[in-house]
Amino acid sequence: MQKIYPGRKLALGFVLLLTSLPSLASDGIDDRINQALKPFADSVSSVVFSSFPVAGVQVPFVLVWLIFAAILFTFYFRFINFRAFRHGFELVRGDYSDPLAAGEVTHFQALATALSGTVGLGNIAGVAVAVSLGGPGATFWMILAGLLGMSSKFVECTLGVKYRNEYTDGTVSGGPMYYLSKGLAERSDRLKMLGKVLAVLFAIFCVGGSFGGGNMFQANQSFMQLVSVTGGESSWLADKGWLFGIIVAALVGLVVIGGIQGIARVTSKIVPLMAVVYVTAGLAIILLNISQVPAAIEAIISGAFSAEGISGGVVGVLFQGFKRAAFSNEAGIGSAAIAHSAVRTNRPVTEGFVALYEPFVDTVVVCTITALVIIITGSWNPSVDPSQGVALTSAAFESAISWFPWVLTVAVVLFAFSTMISWSYYGLKAWTYLFGESLITDVVYKLLFLFFIIVGSSMQLGSVIDFSDAMIFAMAFPNILGIYFLLPVVRKELDEYWADYKNGKLRKFGKAANRG
Amino acid sequence: MSKLLLVGVDCSECSERALKYAANRAGSSKAQLVVVHVIDWSPFSFNTPQENAERHKRRETELDRAHKEIVDPLVSELREQGLFARGVIRHGHPAETLSAVADEFGATNIIIGKTGSSRIKTQLFGSVANTLVQVSNLPVTVVP
Repeated sequence: MQKIYPGRKLALGFVLLLTSLPSLASDGIDDRINQALKPFADSVSSVVFSSFPVAGVQVPFVLVWLIFAAILFTFYFRFINFRAFRHGFELVRGDYSDPLAAGEVTHFQALATALSGTVGLGNIAGVAVAVSLGGPGATFWMILAGLLGMSSKFVECTLGVKYRNEYTDGTVSGGPMYYLSKGLAERSDRLKMLGKVLAVLFAIFCVGGSFGGGNMFQANQSFMQLVSVTGGESSWLADKGWLFGIIVAALVGLVVIGGIQGIARVTSKIVPLMAVVYVTAGLAIILLNISQVPAAIEAIISGAFSAEGISGGVVGVLFQGFKRAAFSNEAGIGSAAIAHSAVRTNRPVTEGFVALYEPFVDTVVVCTITALVIIITGSWNPSVDPSQGVALTSAAFESAISWFPWVLTVAVVLFAFSTMISWSYYGLKAWTYLFGESLITDVVYKLLFLFFIIVGSSMQLGSVIDFSDAMIFAMAFPNILGIYFLLPVVRKELDEYWADYKNGKLRKFGKAANRG
Repeated sequence: MSKLLLVGVDCSECSERALKYAANRAGSSKAQLVVVHVIDWSPFSFNTPQENAERHKRRETELDRAHKEIVDPLVSELREQGLFARGVIRHGHPAETLSAVADEFGATNIIIGKTGSSRIKTQLFGSVANTLVQVSNLPVTVVP
């Protein structure tokens, strides 16, 4: 098949962008990088977050787009997010895994890999921002968005597996680029062109997102946390963002360019451990303050419907919650479909069931724990500077466990690192979709990726957050639009599978078969 | 009922004694042999996206290497001795997988070699032989 790579001209644009940056070799590097990129970042985010007024509040269209889709998917698939929850767990546990296929990528592995790309700073920094700006009530909407987002993930990941490419050398690659182009082409000739356009748009935004939320935001927030534990303003590191960036870039470079998979492998083992440490510490703080939990829950629920003193009132609270949930679990964004599509299964819909657990673990469990810790410890304060992000969460944990900020710093840096590794892969897949697979395109992307780590560490939070939000959310436009055309495909897969499941036609293996 | 002996092999050299013992028993009791090699693998590991994308390819390479370097030479050695032998390669937890394959093939006995690791190492990580004795539904012979 002749492959067409429509994006070659884009490379030129990126090169132009880079040459517009000032030289890195003088004092005040941070400021100069920040100023060079700020106008660009600002204009991108103003387009993506173009909003319209609802009841006197400016509502970003992209959030309505995501929530509407999640609600629609939930109804269209008759509450698949709850219906398939138990079966998803059986699949993750391996009850339906053929022992003869041992050694292939399992449901658990695909889920774990996708999760390590999403669990991270969104759960720590993002929640703090949501609770600061939206009050405790934002938590309620965040959880609701997490539950609805499960349906979006279900659809994306089913399609990701169904339309992935399997190459003759045995490697696989999948994601929205493939289901948008192949899936829509399959529907009709008229949609073929649209599919191609959507796939290209998605790939462009995905590359942008991999530089933004998947990279600069991570570098920026982990650097901020490092500065804050080493003494804040007076820290030796305070104005050395570029240095931190260079070190992180060197480490990421060793993995993605040097092929030192060892580092990635070690990180991929430590990150789940850090997640467990984080959740355990959060639960410990909640349990130690168990008497305050009812009050916190009351604040969450009452705050969700009556938002005094919050800008934008209830709608403002709702959108803070929804926005941070979407940014944290990426449901509807399409990124996770890339990671999930590596699973080995001949029933694509099974990975959809497994993917339900991603927003659940990420948002409903981990984000809620963070929010409760912030609310219970009283670290939430409407007058706090919302750009504090991770520092606010750190302070919340510190008030209960004085040395925890150090642990949190290690966790934040590791989460950031593993998220960067994941996103460098997502971005690269999108990049090679645009420019073709060759050594040169590969290396160009990776060098750009490393460069943005340094930029991200050097920029101030405001413009970094705006830019990364913008690029990641932009992915939702082509992704969800294309999915609407593919819903009947998923419905068919689901109905066929569900009938087999209900009629006991699916084979259980091993211990599970003995158990049941 | 014909007897079927399962021999778990790790690598060609270190499994020599177990294999010799199995061959002797098979010769005297007219039993058939299944030579099994398990590639250590867990369905619950944490991988990078890159590793997952290449997993299928790597699995093929692993199976290929295990055939060429471990199982096939041993099986043909047994066959040259006039014995009936087959080779099986699986991914999984070594002891549990050996036990599962033994059940699957209807083996009557499992034979494996002792690896002879130090006491501390065994204390810390356990040994395939120890675990196998615990999980197996069949008599297990551990050849020193």
